[in-house]
Amino acid sequence: MQREKLVLIGNGMAGVRTLEELLKLEPEMYAITVFGDEPHPNYNRIMLSPVLAGEKSFDDIILNSPEWYAEHNITLHTGSPVVSIDRQARKVITADGTEAEYDRLLLATGSSSFILPVPGHDLDGVIGFRTIADVDAMLAAAGSHKNAVVIGGGLLGLEAAVGLLNQGMAVTVIHLPDVLMERQLDEESAKMLQSELEGRGLNIITGANTECLVGEGRVQALRLKDGREIPADLVVMAVGIRPNIQLAKESGLHCERGIVVDDTLLTYDPAIYAVGECVQHRGNVYGLVAPLFEQGKVCANHLARHGIGHYEGTTLATRLKVTGIELFSAGNFTGGEGTESIVMKDPARGVYKKLVIRDEKIEGCVLYGDTVDGAWYFELLRNGSDISAHRDQLMFGRTHLSDAGHGGENTADHMADSAQVCDCNGVCKGDIVNAVREKGLFTLDEVKKHTKAGASCGGCTGLVEQILAATVGGEYVAPDKKPLCACTDYTHDEVIKAVKEQRLTNREQAMSALDWHTPDGCPTCRPALNYYMLASWPAEAVDDPSSRFINERTHANIQKDRSYTVVPRIWGGVTTPAELRAIADAAEKYDVPMVKITGGQRIDLVGVKKEQLPEMWADLNAAGLVSGHAYGKALRTVKTCIGSQFCRFGTQDAIQMGIDLEKMTWASWTPHKYKMAVSGCPRNCAEATIKDFGVVGIDGAWELHVGGNGGLKVRVTDMLCRVTSDAEVLEYAGAFMQLYRENARYLERTAPWVERVGLPYVKQHIVEDAAGRQALYARFLESQRIGQKDPWAEHTKPEHRLEFVPMKAEA
Amino acid sequence: MSDWITVGKLDDIPRLGARTVITEAGEFAIFRTSDDRLFALRDRCPHKGGPLSQGIVYGNAVACPLHNWSIDLSSGEAIAPDVGCVRTREVKVVDGMVLLSA
Ligand code: SRM
Ligand SMILES: Cc1cc2nc3c(=O)[nH]c(=O)nc-3n(C[C@H](O)[C@H](O)[C@H](O)COP(=O)(O)OP(=O)(O)OC[C@H]3O[C@@H](n4cnc5c(N)ncnc54)[C@H](O)[C@@H]3O)c2cc1C
Ligand code: SF4
Ligand code: FES
Repeated sequence: MQREKLVLIGNGMAGVRTLEELLKLEPEMYAITVFGDEPHPNYNRIMLSPVLAGEKSFDDIILNSPEWYAEHNITLHTGSPVVSIDRQARKVITADGTEAEYDRLLLATGSSSFILPVPGHDLDGVIGFRTIADVDAMLAAAGSHKNAVVIGGGLLGLEAAVGLLNQGMAVTVIHLPDVLMERQLDEESAKMLQSELEGRGLNIITGANTECLVGEGRVQALRLKDGREIPADLVVMAVGIRPNIQLAKESGLHCERGIVVDDTLLTYDPAIYAVGECVQHRGNVYGLVAPLFEQGKVCANHLARHGIGHYEGTTLATRLKVTGIELFSAGNFTGGEGTESIVMKDPARGVYKKLVIRDEKIEGCVLYGDTVDGAWYFELLRNGSDISAHRDQLMFGRTHLSDAGHGGENTADHMADSAQVCDCNGVCKGDIVNAVREKGLFTLDEVKKHTKAGASCGGCTGLVEQILAATVGGEYVAPDKKPLCACTDYTHDEVIKAVKEQRLTNREQAMSALDWHTPDGCPTCRPALNYYMLASWPAEAVDDPSSRFINERTHANIQKDRSYTVVPRIWGGVTTPAELRAIADAAEKYDVPMVKITGGQRIDLVGVKKEQLPEMWADLNAAGLVSGHAYGKALRTVKTCIGSQFCRFGTQDAIQMGIDLEKMTWASWTPHKYKMAVSGCPRNCAEATIKDFGVVGIDGAWELHVGGNGGLKVRVTDMLCRVTSDAEVLEYAGAFMQLYRENARYLERTAPWVERVGLPYVKQHIVEDAAGRQALYARFLESQRIGQKDPWAEHTKPEHRLEFVPMKAEA
Repeated sequence: MSDWITVGKLDDIPRLGARTVITEAGEFAIFRTSDDRLFALRDRCPHKGGPLSQGIVYGNAVACPLHNWSIDLSSGEAIAPDVGCVRTREVKVVDGMVLLSA
């Protein structure tokens, strides 16, 4: 079959990124031709600043080598500007007369430096800062001349100025407004930045208006409106960019400031898409890469005719990429009516932080000197998270909030290359940095795949993101909307919603209703989808064993030597001599290599062979023991202390409460593991305040706590409320568990979930809304009525035993 | 003379699942994909020997249960960026019975 023809104009970051996304979806669909004005393969424009500063070479910043184009059968024309588009004949024509026909055309012409039309702007030595050619011109000037002037004290201008300073030139920055980077900084932080830069030797003139450039042939000086004249052998204009829309305009496409596109990145011509800095979407024209990448993803999806995904605009954050200066800003940081600001200043350390808050949500932030928490604040900003619960701690950063013990010192920037980032897979910072550079990785997913960092427990994900950010140019911004996995365009939340609204109850039906890209999904999405269906439709959903991780399929934990562990449920930590005898008998009968007391008040039979499992379960069942779900995303243990039955301090019967809670909740599936504990008095011997749901007895009442865990990142619970009766404890416990079951994302434990949705959200549903709480509780009980079965008893039935034994080979 | 050994009924292997069989050349896993293709691989992950038969099967691949490497079922090769390879053998179905090449 003949492939359709796709032509890309603009061999830059947005266009080629779109091709990459397209090749992932439909590698065979198009015969692709690319025209690029610049005489190079696609490079990382962001990294021009480090090239200028002498920290990187051009080769370091190439994103797609000529081999890449060849490998994907893409015809590449470099140094070949397209001069016209014939929309009737569907072809493009280049300056040297080359023509190419298209079925689909993608415009990604980017933008150009805006050159101030002052007298003298056409002299030699006057350039913008956009391309590698500009950088070459600057490096050449630095080799032979002394004085440089940069017009524009924004992000780009300052990066150019510091680069030239590093190259040994005397550099003056001319800036029209009174403070530097007025679009990214408030006055205070701008002042700190200015004095830091002056300290490094930059000459900065703010409130300065350029009158003209003087010189003959080559520029010699810059004259200001106030008459001052500054010597200049090189003038770099960094006063803004203009989208390259000339070509589109001349071909009759609707343009305003940029080429106007809809939410699918389609222009007014249904055969022509556009992405990148040349487009205008919902009135916005962007000048940073994060939006372009999101646009590329959506556009590729439509080019591939999958037809899902909408681009809805991007909230931006910026960082300055000048080595040694930490600066981050996002959102509305100037404040204004209806907002409050939290400000922290520590001039001695050179730190300034400002958070602008409206209605208990972060609306903007500026960080200077210490930007470690930038990504976190930005996430809170974009998610619109309610911050009232930890408002008093917010300024001190995320590590202070929930990461006690890890300290702040491990943050990416200060880490040595040899420092281990991912403790599960033994990946060091240097490994990540190298992989990102050499393989041109841009997303967290790619880093996970190539380095394995963050691919196991995920505890280091934040750190990996920081390293990624620092390496790709400080401008990596986590995508607004992360799809569940590469098999789908939908996020966890969108899938949960669809499962509920469309009553999706089995895998095939769900994957086809939601346009899954892969026939069977993958090990990431299948278990999640299976869980969402079971949690939403307990009676109808069909549990799919092939979508369960082995532990949940065999109801035992797999060990590295292929043996399994068996952990019977010990209700509330209380057992009997008869149960102990049955466990001891099983251990002897099956020759179990080790019997261990777990950290969860139970007994672990370690090293059981798979074939032995059903027999052993049957024996344990006979003694009244059932599965402890020590392997599942499910209710694990309910730990208890001795409580008022015996303890001289006990105020409440912790043991009985623990047993009641466990009997009510056992065998329920949850997004992640779920643990409870009950202590009989505030001495809290059962460690209830680091559990998903913790109950602490006090005189005449119970305190209920939520969202805690031990483990990788210890988080102490938040106190939910106090209740007086035992029945209320059960009702609140069931309702909270159900709220979590219905709303959290798969593999999101209660601690991160509570942090994401905010304690006020939980309180509102569980404490303030009595009818809502009772409805949640009723749904929980109903789901338990249907689903509360002992998996051991199920699997000892003959028809389920097959999978536990090997097949027989007969010659 | 027979170059094939019979290992059991096709129905005994679940779709998107696997069963193992012990042969003279070691333990093999026989996988069945969603479209009923069968593949036989040595049941030892090239990474650290994990039992591939216990992994999640998807498309043309299986994810090892121990550390989530993905192995291509038709070639036995680990899917990039991981590297490694596991032995494969031919399998076929005749009259509903699964045969493994000897
Ligand atoms: C058996 C046990 C260790 C022991 O001998 O004491 C254990 C063993 C494992 N834990 Fe644990 N954890 C055990 C108590 C704990 C505890 C203590 C507790 O529950 O009071 C914690 C910290 C408390 C907590 O969860 O908040 C704990 C925190 C973890 C974590 C980190 C969880 C987190 O949210 O950060 C993991 C990793 C995970 O689940 O992703 C984990 C994972 C594991 C796994 C399942 C690892 C794996 O996937 O293979 C281990 C299975 C070994 C096996 O085959 O049995 N285990 N694990 C304990 C079983 C308790 C039980 O009776 O069910
Ligand atoms: C020095 C510098 C530092 C930056 N730092 C950051 C940063 O830290 N963070 C951040 O997010 N962003 C940064 N940016 C911005 C970022 O580089 C751009 O947002 C991004 O490159 C835009 O991608 P694009 O594909 O739209 O445009 P481009 O990458 O400019 O690609 C467009 C390409 O199209 C070509 N072209 C134009 N017209 C034609 C034609 N008619 N025929 C053929 N080819 C044509 C151009 O030559 C160009 O190669 C920086 C930019 C610069 C210059
Ligand atoms: S701490 Fe838990 S996960 Fe780690 S080795 Fe021990 S049992 Fe295994
Ligand atoms: S043993 Fe298979 S992934 Fe590690």
